[in-house]
Amino acid sequence: MAGKSSEPMMVKGKRLDGRKTNEMRPMKIKMGVVPQAVGSAEFSMGKTTVVAAVYGPKEVHPRHMMIPDRALIRVKYDMLPFSTTDRIRPGPNRRSREISKVMSSALEAAVYTKKYPGTVIDIFVQITNANAGTRTAAINAASAALAHAGIEMRDLVCSVAAGKADGTVMLDLFQPEDNFGEADLPVAMMPNSEGITLIQMDGDLTKKEFDESMKLVTEAMPILYELQKKGLINGEASFEGGKVK
Amino acid sequence: MTEKLQIKDKELVVPGQILAEGMSYIPSGKAIRNGETITSTVLGSASVKGHVVKVQALSGGYFPRKNDMIIGQVTELAKFGWRVEIGQPNQADLPLRDASTSFIEQGSMRKYFSEGDYVFAGITEVGKFIRLSTKTRPHRKLGTGNIIEVSPSNIPRIIGKQGSMIKTIKDTSGCNVVVGQNGYIWIQGDDLEKVLLVQKSIEMIEANAQTDGLTEKVEKMLKGGKK
Amino acid sequence: MTLINYEFQKELISKGKREDGRGLNEFRELVIEIGKIDNANGSARVKLGNTEVLAGVKFSVGTPYPDSPDEGMFMVNMELNPLSSPDYEAGPPKPEAIEISRVVDRAIRESKTLDFKDLSIVKGEAAWMCSIDIYPINADGNLYDAAVIAAYLALKDAKFPELDEDNKPLHETRTKKGLKLNNIPMMVSFAKIGDSLIVDPTRREEKIMEDRIHIGTIDNGNICAMQKGGLKPLTNDELSEAVDTAIAKGKDLRKLLKKL
Repeated sequence: MAGKSSEPMMVKGKRLDGRKTNEMRPMKIKMGVVPQAVGSAEFSMGKTTVVAAVYGPKEVHPRHMMIPDRALIRVKYDMLPFSTTDRIRPGPNRRSREISKVMSSALEAAVYTKKYPGTVIDIFVQITNANAGTRTAAINAASAALAHAGIEMRDLVCSVAAGKADGTVMLDLFQPEDNFGEADLPVAMMPNSEGITLIQMDGDLTKKEFDESMKLVTEAMPILYELQKKGLINGEASFEGGKVK
Repeated sequence: MTEKLQIKDKELVVPGQILAEGMSYIPSGKAIRNGETITSTVLGSASVKGHVVKVQALSGGYFPRKNDMIIGQVTELAKFGWRVEIGQPNQADLPLRDASTSFIEQGSMRKYFSEGDYVFAGITEVGKFIRLSTKTRPHRKLGTGNIIEVSPSNIPRIIGKQGSMIKTIKDTSGCNVVVGQNGYIWIQGDDLEKVLLVQKSIEMIEANAQTDGLTEKVEKMLKGGKK
Repeated sequence: MTLINYEFQKELISKGKREDGRGLNEFRELVIEIGKIDNANGSARVKLGNTEVLAGVKFSVGTPYPDSPDEGMFMVNMELNPLSSPDYEAGPPKPEAIEISRVVDRAIRESKTLDFKDLSIVKGEAAWMCSIDIYPINADGNLYDAAVIAAYLALKDAKFPELDEDNKPLHETRTKKGLKLNNIPMMVSFAKIGDSLIVDPTRREEKIMEDRIHIGTIDNGNICAMQKGGLKPLTNDELSEAVDTAIAKGKDLRKLLKKL
């Protein structure tokens, strides 16, 4: 996070892009964009766009990674070189490896891994354009792709980040807010049980601000669930003007 | 808790979705009981018959079951018999004694099946290993033909009620068609055009699995023979 | 499990037909989408049948090579990513990935589509470096031709960012100035199955092909790049015929692109 912004993040109760503090950016979901994968989805949150593809359950290679009584969930999160304002060198880096790991745990909690012993379920996520919230978009895409693949799950996994910019707690920060933000709190949940499967935080939040942030996130879950659900059933869906279509 | 049904018959549902509340409901297929509620574990089609709430997955891989008839490819010749791949992540074995009613010597294994051959076999055992048999008709080696892959969840639709759809396909096209429950279909015919038409009609069934009147559409497509 | 049966396909193709109903010299349907990736300086999404690739152009500023002080640089990077196909594995680039990267690079470079002198900012001190990154979304055969089209369209869409006083690019900006492109480079790829050469192979056809040849051409019908891969030899006649087809198909594709 860089220093303070010269511009205020909130003007007359509205954010730089016109949103209120509890509003998410417009979102779109489309299933089956990788026909050769067992399941796939393209997901966008504002200008952040991602593609996720699921392969498996299949035999584990290398063999020593196999877990005899359940499936290994393997996520590979990758940002494409042209997805960021400064081109990033292709290939995994420490950040992408960490995100891959927390995503694996977040999704594994929802999958009935014991139904697929000794196998691996590979989930590949590519960030095609990054405008903050890439890991949350990645999780939404991956969850839908897993369901699309017919994998048995306890629940879908929905994700959004809360944060603080210019002293105000808000939901789903976009790039300008994220650049000058004072806190970033991405969360993933299983909406029907309200179980949290991913939570990370960096920055500075009072307990009160943290509670406010979690409230924003929890209230956003039904919308994210409805969006994934409609996308899975109809093939595509969108969220704009406060409604899931 | 009050007994309450949350969905209608034939409704499409997603993982974690609550289908019914109350202890009088009975889950079936990919629906499970979660305390006081019945939820779906997959993206699927829900059906309600009395108090039985069933979910059938719309997509997903193949789960081998005893007595299933499948198409596989021989990958290796081993001491016990042949190793056969039947679609990830499943590896299956075809033991020497189950390949034929006649006695097969190790040295003459290739007379029956070689690496790369396609076989239509029945599953005799599912457990630590999947065991196959090609002893009885209609199981056999499949010769030159075209093999395509479909989603295993669409196989029932392709076979049809009491085999009606597959019979229509075979009769109208004049081709030999063998359907593996693991999602592989073998098509053979003297008229290559017809073979391709059969392939196209199967693709159409896959794309329209949820609609009615498919049998007539398929018949029309196969009779048409347009290029 | 290799589901595709060589004998069947060979027979079909010898009769002039293909599994998806195409003729031996027919390309699949082409669908393009340009400029939707915000952070890229130029981008294109190309679908050739079910094969889909994404190309993005990013500009940066570097010091020109001492032996060409008034020229900029460009490079092409293409990955065979496991997201796009069950055939590709994660990990460092395999020979196939390096090969396709270099062949696509050559098709663009040797076609002289880009004039490197156009990329100069200050002779001897600063010049534009143009990076083209190509990523498949769904790899259903013939990534080569789809990649060349995507790369060209991304270059066409590209606009330079603004420069500050020290000639450092302000990456969040976008000027109206783009690249001057001299050409539309086109690649036509063939697979040899039996005694026939087929154009624009699908993944299934690529699995059983005995040989492949990729031919790049430029607007005036001249050849700018060529690459053969595979284990079987090609005869002179086959090659000559392939070149004629590549030139003709290249022209058709250029016409089509201008319409889309």
